[in-house]
Amino acid sequence: MSLLDKLDAVAAARKALLPEGLDVFGMPIEEVYSATEARVGDRRILFLGTNNYLGLTFAPECLKAAHEALDKEGTGTTGSRMANGSYSGHRALEREFAEFYHCHSGIVFTTGYQANLAMISGLAGAGDVVLIDGDSHASIYDGCRLSGAEIIRFRHNDVADMEKRLRRLGERSQSTLIVAEGIYSMLGDQAPLAEIVRVKNAYNSILLLDEAHSLGVLGKTGQGLVEETGLIDGVDFITGTFSKSLGSIGGYCVSNHPQLDQLRYISRPYIFTASPSPATIASARAALKLLRDGTELRRQLWQNSRQLYARLDALGYQLGPQPGPVIANILDSPQQALMLWKGLLDHGIYVNLILPPAAPEGKALVRCSVSAAHTSEQMDHVGNVFAELRKSIFQ
Amino acid sequence: MATDYSDILSRLCFHLKQFSSPDVVIAPETDLINELAIDSVKLLNLVMEIEDEFDISVPLNALADVQTVHDLANLIHHIKSAKQ
Ligand SMILES: Cc1ncc(COP(=O)(O)O)c(C=O)c1O
Repeated sequence: MSLLDKLDAVAAARKALLPEGLDVFGMPIEEVYSATEARVGDRRILFLGTNNYLGLTFAPECLKAAHEALDKEGTGTTGSRMANGSYSGHRALEREFAEFYHCHSGIVFTTGYQANLAMISGLAGAGDVVLIDGDSHASIYDGCRLSGAEIIRFRHNDVADMEKRLRRLGERSQSTLIVAEGIYSMLGDQAPLAEIVRVKNAYNSILLLDEAHSLGVLGKTGQGLVEETGLIDGVDFITGTFSKSLGSIGGYCVSNHPQLDQLRYISRPYIFTASPSPATIASARAALKLLRDGTELRRQLWQNSRQLYARLDALGYQLGPQPGPVIANILDSPQQALMLWKGLLDHGIYVNLILPPAAPEGKALVRCSVSAAHTSEQMDHVGNVFAELRKSIFQ
Repeated sequence: MATDYSDILSRLCFHLKQFSSPDVVIAPETDLINELAIDSVKLLNLVMEIEDEFDISVPLNALADVQTVHDLANLIHHIKSAKQ
């Protein structure tokens, strides 16, 4: 099969699954009204599928900081962190992240995807092992591949299963990097961190925790699962993204290991890409302050999340195991998921549709992401629409 | 106890049965992806089962060269013999 024929096969497979004329993936957003509302075509929709957990994308402090940086430092850095792309803002944000986590040092990357690629491939290499949760985000899988290390998966959130695999590695567990996520992007459940830390200590491995979905969401000051569980000292490296609760774009890693800094010289995803734009960094810095002081935002976020989770649960939807801002409806077939997704959109509600092979265990997901910027009335309305669709789709 | 190739093959075929429809005949030359419809996600899960069944570590990287039931049995045999 030629290279282009392969793409034609991909197109045919997608066409067979998806109805004609419906932009399921990459839906065109024409106008954005606020953190939670936008226009698609000629209709107003409610965003319930963004990762804007704290609703900070229009926070006046962030807008102001971004405007100022734009005027002062221009639209882009046009260079790598390694060359001309390390402005004072980039360096300040690194210090601020380290301070925020009370850690020795921090590194800022261009995206969260690259943070995982950079960290995993910078830490592990040929002859080493990366032991990852089966439900890991694509950036973690890709980081493993880039590393050239041997990749072993354990069953999702199953620490006994993880330990079994470490035991089989024998001495090699000492050159093993374990990777887990604070809140999993697919089902919204949290890693059993205390157990993971206990096992990784027993086997002298290194642990990297991706707090992409838990930054700003868990913990008193929003550090993530490490703060919620009081286990920051048990985690070797924390990565995360600015693209969710910080409402910007970029990635970070913090650690107490002084060796972290060496990644700046060896990690390709850090070196061979341009650094984030000044405005991006400025808004992330402003957002990090709001996030740290965001007790009220977290209270609202969790109230909304619990409200919607409880409602969908009561309606009989099959949900991820734990309430939280990521609420996954697990459907038996892609067709069912598509009907639910389309039904919600027809009612002006945008959520994420996740079809196999992206969904875990070959299931299909309709995933809601709740924001602190949503109101309790909006959650009620969403619940009512889900109730109505339940009757028509599952009768 | 040394595990020989034919023993591995028969245990593997038994496992693969659970992944395929009952009327499919599984032979060494059976293609995992095209004939047994084991897609990338199923294959990843199958690897975990194989690791447990044979008490070995099967790095996902090693799957690049695996196309048929024989390839997979061979890989398991290889890893098992290296361990002993
Ligand atoms: C768990 C996880 N890690 C990393 C990323 C990548 O983040 P970014 O959007 O900054 O590339 C995501 C976002 O999709 C994610 O869900």
